[in-house]
Amino acid sequence: MTAPVLEADGVGISFGGVRAVDNVSFRAYPGRVLSIIGPNGAGKTTLFNLVSGVYRSDSGRIRVNGVDATGARPARLAQLGLSRTFQNLQIFGRMTALENVMVGRHLRERHNVVLHLLGVAGGEHATREASEALLDRIGLLSHAHEEASSLSYGVLKRLEIARALATEPKVLLLDEPAAGCNAVETAEIDELLIALAKSGLAIVLVEHDMKLVMSLSDSVLVLDQGRSLVEGPPNDVARDPRVIAAYLGVAAEGDLAGGRMPGGTHAAT
Amino acid sequence: MSRLLSSRYAALMFVALVVIVPGLMLNSSFYLRVGALIFIFGFAALGLNLLMGYAGQVSLGHAGFIGIGAYATAVLPTHFGWNIFAAMAAGVAGAGLIAYIVGGPILRLKGHYLAVATLALGILISMVISNEVKYTGGPDGMAVPRLEVFGFRLRTAQHWYWISGGVLFLGIVAAQNLIESPTGRALRALHDSEVAAGTLGIDAARYKLIAFVVSAVYAAISGVCFALLNGHITPDSASFLRSVELVTMVVIGGMGSILGALVGAALLGLLEQLLAQFHEVETLILGLVMMAVMIFMRDGIVPTLQRLLFSRRAS
Amino acid sequence: MLLPRNLKALCRLWVADRFMAELLQFVISGLTVGAVYALVALGFTLIYNATDVVNFAQGEFVMIGGMVSAFAYAAGVPLMFAAMLAIIVAIIVGLILYRFGIEPARGASSVVLIIITIGASIAMRGLAALVFDKQFHKLPAFSGEAAIRVLDASIVPQALWVLGGALVIVAALWLFLTRTLFGKAVLATAANRMAAQLVGVNTSFVMSFSFAASAAIGAIAGVLVTPITFTSYDVGTALALKGFAAAVLGGMGNPLGAVAGGLIIGLLEALGAGYVSSSYKDAIAFMVLIGVLMLMPGGLFGKAHTERV
Repeated sequence: MTAPVLEADGVGISFGGVRAVDNVSFRAYPGRVLSIIGPNGAGKTTLFNLVSGVYRSDSGRIRVNGVDATGARPARLAQLGLSRTFQNLQIFGRMTALENVMVGRHLRERHNVVLHLLGVAGGEHATREASEALLDRIGLLSHAHEEASSLSYGVLKRLEIARALATEPKVLLLDEPAAGCNAVETAEIDELLIALAKSGLAIVLVEHDMKLVMSLSDSVLVLDQGRSLVEGPPNDVARDPRVIAAYLGVAAEGDLAGGRMPGGTHAAT
Repeated sequence: MSRLLSSRYAALMFVALVVIVPGLMLNSSFYLRVGALIFIFGFAALGLNLLMGYAGQVSLGHAGFIGIGAYATAVLPTHFGWNIFAAMAAGVAGAGLIAYIVGGPILRLKGHYLAVATLALGILISMVISNEVKYTGGPDGMAVPRLEVFGFRLRTAQHWYWISGGVLFLGIVAAQNLIESPTGRALRALHDSEVAAGTLGIDAARYKLIAFVVSAVYAAISGVCFALLNGHITPDSASFLRSVELVTMVVIGGMGSILGALVGAALLGLLEQLLAQFHEVETLILGLVMMAVMIFMRDGIVPTLQRLLFSRRAS
Repeated sequence: MLLPRNLKALCRLWVADRFMAELLQFVISGLTVGAVYALVALGFTLIYNATDVVNFAQGEFVMIGGMVSAFAYAAGVPLMFAAMLAIIVAIIVGLILYRFGIEPARGASSVVLIIITIGASIAMRGLAALVFDKQFHKLPAFSGEAAIRVLDASIVPQALWVLGGALVIVAALWLFLTRTLFGKAVLATAANRMAAQLVGVNTSFVMSFSFAASAAIGAIAGVLVTPITFTSYDVGTALALKGFAAAVLGGMGNPLGAVAGGLIIGLLEALGAGYVSSSYKDAIAFMVLIGVLMLMPGGLFGKAHTERV
């Protein structure tokens, strides 16, 4: 097997004494899809925030593309080839859909403020073309010139994927890409992810849609209460009694409380 | 409609008209001077708007950079025998350099902490200007050498009306270029979501610093023009109240709107002239107008009008 | 040979003595002016906690306190009643500011709210110039002008009034906030407005109260300090600046931090004026302020940011 693009080794973080993620390790390989699942509050999004540099891990190591990236800021991780989307949409609302994707080309552009003030910097055309091609690929070209804040949730979910792809990442973290999407949109995302993986991209996925997870994943990592419970091929994981117990336990509790467990998903915002 | 209004050529045409038409019609040097002042402070507000409206950072000390530009233009030729053009360039470069050096640590602060730090910076600059009496003449101010171009002395209000109008126009073109460039996109992205911008490789600290330096350079250029127009400068040009005035221009006109900065400058400039006639109630009315505009048009004049126009067309 | 050595020692003693007396003098005047900054900063904090508004008109309450009491006293009203009148006027102005300036702009961005309060401050200054005049005014010192000598430093009795007054206000506010139900409602609103609303706190009333209380605190400071510093229609801006700086230095939103910040800035000013240069006394205070913020971005007593460093 080829070398992993992303290695997380024993990462963790605490919030006010609560160990939100504790000693979790995983590897993402080119051309493969790794899904991270677990009950609400298991720490999936927090794990994403750790790996993408939004939070700083207080233990363990992170390597991207073989380079040590422990404690690196998001911008540095992006340079190393890591990109991500957000569960709670982080779209640039006052920019058009096209401009959102163009921002993703940031690392591929030359940056000289004086030239920008004089309006003579080249490369704008290349940025625009690459961004339009990406919009076309995810089927949003018709929305290119609409302000992002006026677009629907499902559209924005896909726009974030396009924006993340614009950085030409080696590894892509997707936080619930299909949440809030209808069946047709979910199928489209399914198709897109398969194509991306085929092209050699490493994909790490957090998703609640189990059908999507089972059909897409090469490997599944189950988190429970901030710890890694099981990792393995999707079918093995689905039959694992510990996994079933973890889900059932929380489902029952969730019904009683009528809501989510505290921690994980909310800590992400 | 809103797109058309905010599209760059429409805005440029509008500004060109606003500069040229009154310039041809006005004969009184008093009104030409008022016009030139509006252009000059509009220029500084334009720069501050890049910082506030696009980078999302506030500065309550930008008049300090106006002071640096203005006093470099006056002090360097008077006391050190510099060529005045070199002095002007040094003032602008000096302001940019100071902004670059101070900006690094200051811009790590957030919200009100940043506001206070910039406020302190502006006050420090204005204090140096008021206290170094030997060079600056202290609170009484000092004379500024007249600018000569090919033996032609630029000194009438009319000269400076056209010069500052031209400078403003170029300043708008440059600001528009910047906003549409990768740098501008990075700034706007940071303003909307710093987290997402970071994951796309944008270094927030670097871009905030860029906006800070660019806005300081704009302020310094405005200071240079102000000194040359006035022929005499006082520490007032760098005072806290001037800084507040700049912020008010930006916010009242509409943050993040280039036309907004100009409308804000024009409104405050004209209001001051208009109210000067009732100088008994001048400050009272100025304060009430500021409050009223902000209460009823919290997004600023230009964005509010754009929205009104847009929704009327739509319905 | 003996005499000169003795003389030298004597001289040294005298110098040391002079030094201590001078230092004490600077410290006392620094604390006095610092107490006024502390009260302004306390007003800032009270309003900021209840409403998230940075009220740049806070210095005008001090001006109102000074001007109204000075004019009332000059018109023959006894000092005590003149002071009370000034406080009542300031409270009314504070409530008007909240009702017609801040409440209609609820939810606007913080910079918009700052412009509104700056506008309010300009308007109040203009109104004061109209209603009163543009001259300096003073009040008689409450307990006479005769300086008290303490360890070779002379203290005007009014300075004790300022310091004591500030102490009483801080203590009263603290007791009120921690010991009364309404005070706890104010704290709850500061901590989480939505949650406070949900548990039945009348947050609108709490916000009005914060403006009224801040105005009263400012006016009291104005009455107390006018016998020392005089007052005029335009003293508010400088006070607002210093008060804001003090509140931020202490850590925005922390009342005790605000008081400490005010005292520190007052001390720095007095010591800077005494030992370095009186024309750069503000510069020293502001340089220290910038320095502190560089090292402690949340102020001296601010909560550490939970955000990524």
